[in-house]
Amino acid sequence: MHTPTNLKTSWPDAIFAHFRRVGIRQVGYVPDAGHSRLIELCRDDPDIADVVLTTEEEGVGLVAGAALGGQRAALLMQSSGVGNCINMFSLLRNCGFGCVVLVTMRGEFGEFNPWQVPMGAITEDVLRLAGFLTYRIEDADAVDDIVGAGCDMAFDGDLQVAILLGQRLIGRKQWTK
Amino acid sequence: MLDRRELVRDLLIDRGDLLVVCGLGSATYDVAAAGDHALNFYLWGAMGGAAMIGLGLALARPQKRVAVLTGDGDMLMGLGSLATIGVQQPKNLAIVVLDNAHYGETGMQPSHTFSGIDLVAAALACRFTQARAVSRLEEAAEVRALLHSGQGPLLVNARISHEDTPRVLPLRDGHAIKRRFIAAVDSA
Repeated sequence: MHTPTNLKTSWPDAIFAHFRRVGIRQVGYVPDAGHSRLIELCRDDPDIADVVLTTEEEGVGLVAGAALGGQRAALLMQSSGVGNCINMFSLLRNCGFGCVVLVTMRGEFGEFNPWQVPMGAITEDVLRLAGFLTYRIEDADAVDDIVGAGCDMAFDGDLQVAILLGQRLIGRKQWTK
Repeated sequence: MLDRRELVRDLLIDRGDLLVVCGLGSATYDVAAAGDHALNFYLWGAMGGAAMIGLGLALARPQKRVAVLTGDGDMLMGLGSLATIGVQQPKNLAIVVLDNAHYGETGMQPSHTFSGIDLVAAALACRFTQARAVSRLEEAAEVRALLHSGQGPLLVNARISHEDTPRVLPLRDGHAIKRRFIAAVDSA
């Protein structure tokens, strides 16, 4: 399991602080090592419904339903999960549902597993083609700023915002003990 | 077997502030045929997504009742969402599958339910509180009562005839459907 190594600030905590600030009430996710700390924070918060999904595209419906009921929702997924969502993303675009998606990247910097590369290499392009504004973070110091701005744009403007958390930020997946 | 229009009409009689999510295709037309309503969220795409939209809505509005009316094709495409709903156990969510065992929008090709794939058993396996099949219009009143007061998550699989029905086309502008729905929920 991944453990945050940045001592200055724990970036998942910085993301979570913005979830609290903008009033995220539902978080959909497929379990993910890179998001493990953020998932834990969401699960521990009684004001947030944490919804574990069988596939990421379910989360797109969840966001829409939450918005219809007056709640804000965020999605946490791995870059591979973006590919699972493409058609369902049309729901967000067609109706103008504000949404923040935090994407932990695989298949890039130092990736050991070549099977992750094809999807990881096209993740940002896919999101843009699907109508998302995309921002990429490689450095823990940028998390607070970019996630804050992304959340505001998503929910002030009913826009679809994806924030890609680079593999340099998350750390390479360790394959040996 | 049930006539889909008669069933949906009976399910939505005196609907009060029931929040309704309609799966794409015939389910949307059926709900529109029963009477346009601001608390209808019509889907025209996003196949496989109706049940999850219902879940997000049910979690956001625990004091309101949410009914998802959708077809067997949409439910089969979102089969995993039954498991996701089973984990969440929303008490205020019911799904009605209008099961004609065919893909009506694309030329009536048989769906998986035609080969006996059982959505009621799937819902029970996913820890739905109650799941049942209905095939007679006389059962509509009971199903309607479940939508308004049964403890969810619930699934009703309605075996409907696959006779073609005339299309009744409601609003198609997603932004307009959304805004109208949100305004109506706020004042309901």
